[in-house]
Amino acid sequence: MTTAAPITLRARGRVAMRQAISRASRYLFLGASLVGVAVLLLLAYETISSGVSRLSWDFVTNYPSRFAERAGLRSSAIGSTWVLGLTVVMALPIAVGTAIWIEEFAPRNKLLTIVKLNLANLAGVPSIIYGVLGLAVFGRYFGLGPSIMTGALTLSLMIVPMTVIASQEAIRQVPPSIRDGALALGATQWQTVWYHVLPGALPGIMTGIILAVSRAVGETAALIMIGAFTFIAFDNTSPREDFTTVPIQIYNWTIRPQEAFRQNAAAAIIVLMVAVLSLNLLAAVIRERFRRS
Amino acid sequence: MGEEGPGMTQLRTPVRLNEGLLQDTSPTPVAAAGQTAGGAITNPAEEAVFAVSELNLWYGHKQALSDVTFDIPVNRVTALIGPSGCGKSTLIRCLNRMNDLIRGVRVIGRVDYHGQDIYAPDIDPVEVRRRIGMVFQKPNPFPKSIQDNVAFGAKVNGYKGSMGQLVERSLRQAALWEEVKDDLKKSGLALSGGQQQRLCIARALAVQPDVILMDEPCSSLDPIATLKIEDLIRELVRDYTIIIVTHNMQQAARVSDYTAFMLADDHGAGRLIEYGPASEIFTNPKEKRTEDYITGRFG
Repeated sequence: MTTAAPITLRARGRVAMRQAISRASRYLFLGASLVGVAVLLLLAYETISSGVSRLSWDFVTNYPSRFAERAGLRSSAIGSTWVLGLTVVMALPIAVGTAIWIEEFAPRNKLLTIVKLNLANLAGVPSIIYGVLGLAVFGRYFGLGPSIMTGALTLSLMIVPMTVIASQEAIRQVPPSIRDGALALGATQWQTVWYHVLPGALPGIMTGIILAVSRAVGETAALIMIGAFTFIAFDNTSPREDFTTVPIQIYNWTIRPQEAFRQNAAAAIIVLMVAVLSLNLLAAVIRERFRRS
Repeated sequence: MGEEGPGMTQLRTPVRLNEGLLQDTSPTPVAAAGQTAGGAITNPAEEAVFAVSELNLWYGHKQALSDVTFDIPVNRVTALIGPSGCGKSTLIRCLNRMNDLIRGVRVIGRVDYHGQDIYAPDIDPVEVRRRIGMVFQKPNPFPKSIQDNVAFGAKVNGYKGSMGQLVERSLRQAALWEEVKDDLKKSGLALSGGQQQRLCIARALAVQPDVILMDEPCSSLDPIATLKIEDLIRELVRDYTIIIVTHNMQQAARVSDYTAFMLADDHGAGRLIEYGPASEIFTNPKEKRTEDYITGRFG
């Protein structure tokens, strides 16, 4: 050994090879990320360039019409707001409550394993299946018809499993030492959950809610399935009324042959995107506030 | 805390029949003054806060404590020592029913707190824990302000007095007030490790407990912070009963009045090998295994 060439710390042989692979991998993954971004930008550009000319206040406040230049999002935006509002109000307490029960209170037995397995499966069920279920159970069996209530109940069913799973994940992130600390001070289990587990899990739960709501906002298939594919030219004032939503309106416009309606669809997509992004932004602000305190 | 539960004022019956419970711990029975319970277990003559008898505990199918029987005196520091895995943390967690929170735990035997078996079916663990506070191995302040950390226990227990005074008194008792009095609104997590641990002690004191259990409270602290906690323990024992788990024998010798030495048997179940005044245990142990452990021959 001592008579061999002087020590060199430059990469040679196998080390050089390994380093080359390592360096190449960085560009490979950068490339993978860029594909997604590029496609997104391209889509956004296509949509904006085709729809931006139709954007105006009238477009948001007009009812749909058979004349493309007079058609607007009024009834679908109101319908979306109704459905989404009711969905959130119904689904969130159920989802967060379920997650708390599973993580904090449930006995660890076979039943719980089955419940958890089913939740994971339900989160992966295609939305149109929920539409069929909503049509049969809420629309027909309960006689709610293609109403806002049927839509909200169907979307609630759809987002509960994913929200439960996200909330469970967030609750598990709260360190057990915090629970021990609270319980050792004579807090009850509920006080421990309310004062320590929930505040700690809230940022994560918020993230789950954002994702679920974003999915509900854009949901089309399930709602078409329950029969919400109608021409609405009035303002919804009750959850028993028929309705339409923005994504359904977009779908409606895209299947028209006239170019003008396609532009309407693009403009509606822009409105929907802005709405979803604002929701996300709002949730992110709330989340950060909680994370800091 | 204002009201006291029925029976909490009742004193433990002074006579206990403990003989013959630890046949296998000592090959040569040592005859000692009246308080000897058998083997090398010398119960204190003073009033006991806890009387543990034939305590067995299983995690699932694995036995972690086997036939532990001894009395813990009031207003003294009692240290539990022994090598890792000997069941000392398990034992201390039995004393305020923190083991209830671990799934699959089964406890058989009695833990009498002032004469009441805390494992009796009508006993509420929340009621137990507000009288028997606990400080953990790793400081675990809540991610809230120093003030809220101290006030939390009192708040959930329905404390009605002035929260400001309670916070100050508790922080003073925990020898932390001077260091934090100007930033009570600061997060408890912003403090150093030693300060965090004293904050956890202050938090436990604010509930006005009777006993404070400490599960290796200094194991994550530097020597200076450790010394501060030890001084604090000696200070607090005037008003409280303190039970401390430590694997630092010097610490046990420095702070404890009574010392219990535990060891896992061949099946891994923790047994109480020797118990008595710290001075006895550290200078004149009755058991060969105790002597081997404290002189560093194993463990």
